[in-house]
Amino acid sequence: MLVEQYGPLKGQMLQIMDETGFIVQPDLVPDLSDEEWLELYKTMLRTRTADMKALQLQRQGRMLTYAPNTGQEAAQVGSAAAMEKNDWHVPAFRELGAWLHRGVPLETVYLYWYGNEYGSKFPEGVKNLPIAVPIGSQLAHGVGLAMASNIKGERDVTVAYIGDGGTSIGDFSEALNFAGVFEAPIVFIIQNNQYAISVARHKQTKAETLVQKAVAAGIPGILVDGNDLMAMYAATKDAIDRARQGGGPTLIEAYTYRLGAHTTSDDPTKYREDSEVEKWKPKDPIKRMKAYLISRGVWSEEQDEAFQEEYGEYALEVFRKVEAEGEPKVEDLFKYTYKEMPAHIREQYEEYLEYLEGKVE
Amino acid sequence: MALMNLIGAINHTLDYEMGRDESVVVFGEDVGLEGGVFRATVGLQEKYGAKRCFDTPIAEAAIVGTAVGMAINGLKPVAEIQFSGFAYPAFNQIISHVARMRNRTRGQRNLPLVIRMPHGGGIKALEHHSESLDTLLGHIPGLKVVTPSTPYDAKGLLLSAIRDEDPVIFLEPSKIYRAFRQEVPEDDYTIPLGKAKVLKQGTDVTVVTWGAYVHEVLKADKILQEEGINAEIIDLRTISPIDGETIIDSVQKTGRFVVIHEAAKSFGPGAELIALVNEGAFLYLEAPPTRLAGFDVTIPLPRGEHHYFLDADRMAAGIRKVVRY
Repeated sequence: MLVEQYGPLKGQMLQIMDETGFIVQPDLVPDLSDEEWLELYKTMLRTRTADMKALQLQRQGRMLTYAPNTGQEAAQVGSAAAMEKNDWHVPAFRELGAWLHRGVPLETVYLYWYGNEYGSKFPEGVKNLPIAVPIGSQLAHGVGLAMASNIKGERDVTVAYIGDGGTSIGDFSEALNFAGVFEAPIVFIIQNNQYAISVARHKQTKAETLVQKAVAAGIPGILVDGNDLMAMYAATKDAIDRARQGGGPTLIEAYTYRLGAHTTSDDPTKYREDSEVEKWKPKDPIKRMKAYLISRGVWSEEQDEAFQEEYGEYALEVFRKVEAEGEPKVEDLFKYTYKEMPAHIREQYEEYLEYLEGKVE
Repeated sequence: MALMNLIGAINHTLDYEMGRDESVVVFGEDVGLEGGVFRATVGLQEKYGAKRCFDTPIAEAAIVGTAVGMAINGLKPVAEIQFSGFAYPAFNQIISHVARMRNRTRGQRNLPLVIRMPHGGGIKALEHHSESLDTLLGHIPGLKVVTPSTPYDAKGLLLSAIRDEDPVIFLEPSKIYRAFRQEVPEDDYTIPLGKAKVLKQGTDVTVVTWGAYVHEVLKADKILQEEGINAEIIDLRTISPIDGETIIDSVQKTGRFVVIHEAAKSFGPGAELIALVNEGAFLYLEAPPTRLAGFDVTIPLPRGEHHYFLDADRMAAGIRKVVRY
């Protein structure tokens, strides 16, 4: 079991593929075909491309605030790829790669960052919860989903995400503790991207690693190179398998780096050195996976460029649709507050419609 | 005197008071190195050191909880909650301890602390970044809840808040952080908490509002003036304790009352004010006292927020209706 070798107090980080795309732990390579790895890589590339497009659109003033994923694609796609379709996915807010893998349409994602509530409504059959902005508040929902699976005797596992900053909030500890006590079939993924807006990871907690927080909750944990798709897949698969067999929760720390800003509202040069960012660039998860796939003969630079260009055009097309159709209707403000609209809200709605009509005349 | 916008006035005031009083400490998420997501605390860590201005881990309950401890142990903490919508994890501390410590200890332990937070909406931000907490906070006995509408008031009120011996929640209307500049004296002055300000004398109707809406109401007033309606406009400035006297005096003069706020209508501060008006000026009323407030729904995301927040036209329409009743 991976968690035994790479447990929270072992001081080791699971890596299967190094920065150059070289397999350093051949025994641990998950049993996926080259084509399957390529498919996951393409999702990483879609994520990166959709991100770049969103940032571009944001700078043009067409998209509102946006939280980029650049540098964290392996942590997101690798963990989501280890899930079954029927498992529950509980995001924080920076998991685009996982959403795309899980079948959340890009249109929905863009609609969210465009500032429309329908961006939190996923197609039927996609067992994803919506984005949770209040830090850490989503983890207990994940534990609840998992407890329900246990209570109902179902085999679904929940995978729930949080950032490094989120481990400081009480909700994080409460969720881990509940998960341990109730042996909930859940996998917690900390995307440790080293920054919570401007606050560096070492200022967030005195703990040497984040994964060691599993120890106090009495649950297994594993520190993983979050920029290594294979390692992320392997660690999450291992944890999910254990959870599905009744082995309870696991905490995974995906050690990664946010190459971009927290959101389009902040300027990272104010709180970190360029040299640090430069140091992380060679560790780019996309770079290394691309090198691997090219070395396997299933992908090429030309295909890579063509793919990005094509997906970029697609993303722009999707966004144009969002722009054209993304303005909410007045009734959308009112009709989801309760199942049945209470009289006082109906009155407010009708009064407002009357006001709008009067304005037109 | 210097020209300052509202956020600049907050920054200047924190700087001023930290320079004057060593017991003032300023902290919160991204408050130190970054100087706050809105730049309210920029330069303070550099000037006063990381012991007096510092970043905290993400933990609103602990931010407020530690402020309680610091206040008991002789400091004057000025804690920042990054957005009012992130304050909820701290509500246990705010309601269970901040508001009650004086009463619980029969006056032995008082809490001279300030909790600052950007407040209100209309800034096209993500979910939870546009919340109005005046209703929730105004309801808690033991808290003072203050909200400025100008850079000048921001300084005078914030100085009063920091120097007050009771805990003060300081709600900063983020929409007008950078909306305009105003002359702000660089020397010492305070504006008393608990006192509303009559912004404009009028005869036909009393309009009470606060925060960012003050400026929208002033625009509405221009529209109404052209129609010959002369409104008296009051900036509440302190939501709790309410300055009932100023409002009742005004309604006794005008005979009509409109309260305008961002927070959802039901159970809001508007309801409280109308109750006060009914109790204190019932026989003077010529029209039903009226609330123009947020719909009783979750504040919409940016694309729909213009429906939720009232603009000057809608305010004018509402006020007109009361005057013509």
